[in-house]
Amino acid sequence: MSPDYASEVLRGWGRSTMSSAHVATVSDRDLIDHVKVADERGVLVRGLGRSYGDAAQNGGGRVLRLASSSSDVRLDESAGTVTAGAGVSLDDLLRVIVPRGFFVPVTPGTRFVTVGGAVAADIHGKNHHLEGSFGNHVRRFSLVLADGSVLECSRKQNPDAFWTTIGGMGLTGVIRDATFGLIGIETSRCRVDTVRCDDFDELIEHMSTGDDDVRYSVAWVDLLSSGSHFGRGVLWRGDHARRDDLPVADRANALEYRPRQVLSVPPVIPGSGVVNALSSAVFNEAWFRKEPRRREGSIKSIPAYFHPLDAVGSWNRLHGRHGFVQYQFVVPFGRESELRRIVEVIVASRLATPLVVLKRFGAGNDAPLSFPMPGWTLTVDLPAGADTLASLTRTLDEIVLEAGGRHYLAKDALLGPAALRAGYPRLAEWQNVRRRLDPQQTFRSDLARRLGLLE
Amino acid sequence: MLNAAGEPQNIVVLGGSSDIGVAIARRLTAPSTTSIVLACRRPQDAPIDGLRRPGLIVDAVPFDAVRVDQHAAFVDSLATSLGDIDVVVLAFGQLGEQSHFDDDPVAAADLVAVNFAGAVSVLLAVARVMRRQGHGRIVVLSSVAGERVRPANMVYGSTKAGLDGFAQALGDSLVSSGVSVLVVRPGFVHSAMTQGMEAAPFATTPDAVADATAKALRAGRRIVWVPGVLRYVFMVLRHLPAPLWRRLPLG
Repeated sequence: MSPDYASEVLRGWGRSTMSSAHVATVSDRDLIDHVKVADERGVLVRGLGRSYGDAAQNGGGRVLRLASSSSDVRLDESAGTVTAGAGVSLDDLLRVIVPRGFFVPVTPGTRFVTVGGAVAADIHGKNHHLEGSFGNHVRRFSLVLADGSVLECSRKQNPDAFWTTIGGMGLTGVIRDATFGLIGIETSRCRVDTVRCDDFDELIEHMSTGDDDVRYSVAWVDLLSSGSHFGRGVLWRGDHARRDDLPVADRANALEYRPRQVLSVPPVIPGSGVVNALSSAVFNEAWFRKEPRRREGSIKSIPAYFHPLDAVGSWNRLHGRHGFVQYQFVVPFGRESELRRIVEVIVASRLATPLVVLKRFGAGNDAPLSFPMPGWTLTVDLPAGADTLASLTRTLDEIVLEAGGRHYLAKDALLGPAALRAGYPRLAEWQNVRRRLDPQQTFRSDLARRLGLLE
Repeated sequence: MLNAAGEPQNIVVLGGSSDIGVAIARRLTAPSTTSIVLACRRPQDAPIDGLRRPGLIVDAVPFDAVRVDQHAAFVDSLATSLGDIDVVVLAFGQLGEQSHFDDDPVAAADLVAVNFAGAVSVLLAVARVMRRQGHGRIVVLSSVAGERVRPANMVYGSTKAGLDGFAQALGDSLVSSGVSVLVVRPGFVHSAMTQGMEAAPFATTPDAVADATAKALRAGRRIVWVPGVLRYVFMVLRHLPAPLWRRLPLG
């Protein structure tokens, strides 16, 4: 191994998977040389390590981090597009584009993801029901292939490689830079409406009827309540505020953007963590009560609305030594009874689940491994140390797959090859193109090993 | 790859006819497990039928602890057929008869060759493969007999003392390699190896050892005593003055 590489134990964001790899940070200039090295354990690019499972691990192999700087961001204001290096984070990007009146087309619940990771996981956000996932907004990217050649990919140019790489979990090549469309904004604030729903049916009903009129929509469900409050939740809907929405005093600095981390979790947390049944119940009750039954037009900053957890550094450590699994699936519309049943099974399991997010997806895209499909997606944190975890998620998997749904690979840490194949019927198509792009299996990951993705 | 719940895709038992080794393999088998390999001197005697279920391939392959010259090639061949090796359980070992050894030092040396030299050799081969793949779990069956060696089974006990020390240090050497070692220290276990013997206090069963092992693996522990109380019993026994220790009716 060349001296650029150092052994490092890499974990997913859930801290429940791990392996050791040879890690190096490489500049764009040296990238091709590092990719071309052939060795039996292969190579993978890792961004900011926000995949919850083993997607950005490559045990025994090489893992590259792409050096980036904000000079890798080229904003085309007239076209409303930006071209950014794959290693640039959405955090870096927002600091450049928000003051100039633009917002990223899709943001997940954290701004600490890279552009490359956003493409590779085909990430989605609160606007999926109207505007689709990240891949929908990508105009082009350049891809370094295993042999060191660089392939320009777009809907017209090498469309196979384009769609195989979107949602392709980094297994087709190294995304070097990408160009994607942006959303024009007048202010750096959001205008948010809140509705509190007292039970699950009311929540589903509310979301089904009003979502298509608002850009951003997401609900939080309290899975710790049962009986008449079963599935109660809070629905947040919003859009970027217009200048007129702001108090007069704020209009002069309408595009000011100053995200802050207000506190950080210390590196040492008691073994079992501080997220448990009691703390979760207290938290959920407080969070539910703090919301009024109905409130319209409250103004929030971008970090407060889109990235609330980013205010707490290393929040993933709160789950303690064993870490956690973020279980996220989608079931198609018309399968609300299965969705309800899944929620019931989770409630009955009594595993601490402080953060449960429900969202309606709109249309999917052409990428064979893209996660979103029209339907309901639910996201729940489960403690990895719980003895009943695997049996619980297997029960959930069965309901999800039976309903024609599937799981999000950027979150997954538990599935096996069969469940993956059931959820992604276009896997063989993806594998065929991938094999053509990388016949020697240069690009590998622990996720690919666990799920048999490269077979 | 192990998943986030610690479930392996494959398990290798070295000493594949050992009751404890097989019990551990059975206990660790999950729906996502696709392969179990029982490696032992007489594969035809390995209890593969007890492990079989749909979707799981159970193989018995020849492996001889004393043929140390073959160990590296043997482990490499496992890696070739399985891909990454998730869990290796080292469960082989012979008990022997101390009264017999007193008259036959060569037999004692042979037992040391199996229990200690063979174990060291194959563990190093396993560690090498796992270090290369960047992950893996090694379970080593030690014994409380090695915690303070008794005259009544001094050959067996001292091989376990050596193995225990070696396995702990191997675990230390593998820190930050993604590979971990769990040392299991059972007390008296009712099994084929101890058939006909009088049980010692705190006797346990292969299934209890398997349960404790699975739990310790999930918790990321480095040592587990079975039953757990033996840890405290031996904390005392280890420090007993020799004249007192010799007089204890420990069999």
